[in-house]
Amino acid sequence: MTSAALDEPTGKRSGKAAASDRAKAENSLGRKLVAPAVIVMLFVTAFPIARALYLSLFDYWLTAPDDREFTGLDNYVTALTDPLFWTSTGVTVLIMVITVAVELVIGFAFAMVMHRLIFARGIVRTSILIPYGIITVVSGFTWQFAFSGTNGFINGWIPGLDDTYNWFAETTPALVAIMVSEIWKTTPFMSLLLLAGLAQVSEDMLEAAKVDGATWWQRLFKVILPNMRAAIMVAVLFRALDAYRIFDNIFVMTAGAQNTESISFLTYRQVIEQFSLGMGSALSVLLFLSVLLVAVVLVKAFRVDLAQARQEG
Amino acid sequence: MKGFWQKAGTVVGVVFVLLWCLLPVAWIISLSFKSEESITNGNPGFFPSEGTFAGWDNYQAVWDNDQFRRAIFNSIGISLIATVLSVMLATLAAYAIARLEFKGKKAVLSVALGISMFPVVSLVGPLFDMWRTLGLYDTWPGLIIPYMSFTLPLAIWTLTAFFREIPWEMEQAAQVDGATSWQAFRKVIVPLAAPGVFTAAILTFFFAWNDFVFGISLTSTEAARPIPASLSFFVGADPFNRPASLLAAGAVVATVPIIIIVLLFQRKIVAGLTSGAVKG
Repeated sequence: MTSAALDEPTGKRSGKAAASDRAKAENSLGRKLVAPAVIVMLFVTAFPIARALYLSLFDYWLTAPDDREFTGLDNYVTALTDPLFWTSTGVTVLIMVITVAVELVIGFAFAMVMHRLIFARGIVRTSILIPYGIITVVSGFTWQFAFSGTNGFINGWIPGLDDTYNWFAETTPALVAIMVSEIWKTTPFMSLLLLAGLAQVSEDMLEAAKVDGATWWQRLFKVILPNMRAAIMVAVLFRALDAYRIFDNIFVMTAGAQNTESISFLTYRQVIEQFSLGMGSALSVLLFLSVLLVAVVLVKAFRVDLAQARQEG
Repeated sequence: MKGFWQKAGTVVGVVFVLLWCLLPVAWIISLSFKSEESITNGNPGFFPSEGTFAGWDNYQAVWDNDQFRRAIFNSIGISLIATVLSVMLATLAAYAIARLEFKGKKAVLSVALGISMFPVVSLVGPLFDMWRTLGLYDTWPGLIIPYMSFTLPLAIWTLTAFFREIPWEMEQAAQVDGATSWQAFRKVIVPLAAPGVFTAAILTFFFAWNDFVFGISLTSTEAARPIPASLSFFVGADPFNRPASLLAAGAVVATVPIIIIVLLFQRKIVAGLTSGAVKG
């Protein structure tokens, strides 16, 4: 206390110089504290992707590294004219749209349950974190065996379905199995984000709507959902980008068989299994660009929404 | 009447949530007790059918498998080291972001956001190439470094959100009493921030434990191969004819640490997952 009082006059006299010195010191400390994290983050992302950009211009096979040959944009032309690229992009987008839509509905239902819950909170919270924390590969195995015609239980539980039905023999059922695993594992994350949004909807407003005679559905669509728009957007953005990168479940459950290959899986196969670093790098760059595109589209779509919401308010 | 329906709805909802979350877990546990021979012949149904209950045989077999034991050791070691390093760097960065005015703060947050959305697979090729040149291929550091890069954004956000809640008057009080910015950080803020740091560590650990893409593409032997990769390579290339019950036992073993962490720290995990997201 006394030291603060004593210091004050000096501080006032050289106020400006001290402030800018302080700001300078703060600036430099801030940068020093941030630097290690930024360097580590960029070392494994920016640098490799720049290298991928460079390698993608070559015909370069790991099996014959000395025969590297500059081919310009040939790899991109080959990739973009190959129907395989477009099939996997289609599969990826399909998986993204369906899983996010289903997760949004189920996740919201879960969030409502958790929000209203007075008893058994700990148990529900613990259970919901288990799929969240479980390894995706384990989830993939769990569902692959559950859907299996020889050792699974799902065929037996679905009435009218042959017990030996093979889910992994055709594209559509195989994709259903993959999406079930993906949805099971990631719905908890969605529901926790939505729960946080739900907690921000004012109870007073809900009470007022109730007094005014709004039905349950009206309260849901006119009060609750508009008021948690931000949380919904964050949840959708995160999950959509995550689903677009789907890899683990496909690797484990079908290994890309029956046209269930996602764009991530195609890229991986080119690099690691075909040893085609040139073509693989071109696909890496395309994958990177398409994720960027999805992100930009979603952010743009949400901005428009936000602007509209503001005009309404 | 209305109150009754609401209560009934909540009870139905709780039952549904619990079934959704726990039924598949119960299934994989049940599968892990089916005997290996019965799996080859086909043993459908949720529970092991009559006479095919294997007891702990599958767990014993998994435990006797050198590759799997080594994979568990790798996973624990690599995940823990990556978590500690990542959280240390993230703590420094988050403190700066939450507390200091400096140029480039927005850029740091944008980099973090960009990296959390980065398609990991697109790095596999160039990293594979780089790691072989640098001698990092198939080593622990070869996995620890990418794990750090990809957990830093999550850790930075979670910690920034926590740090914004800390009563900073205490730091100012310390500075008024003559402490430098660094001393105020170390002696006053670190103890206050410890719970947030711990939460960030749990989320980071989950990420590292779950990783698959780096695990399969940057390793080639059991020298560094983590559990998820090891599970997927457990038997040959034929994805349609795997020793399901053995894999199930391995999967259960790989899930035990997650369940223990969840049981002990569920409150913290939920707080960590939701804190960064809403304000962001």
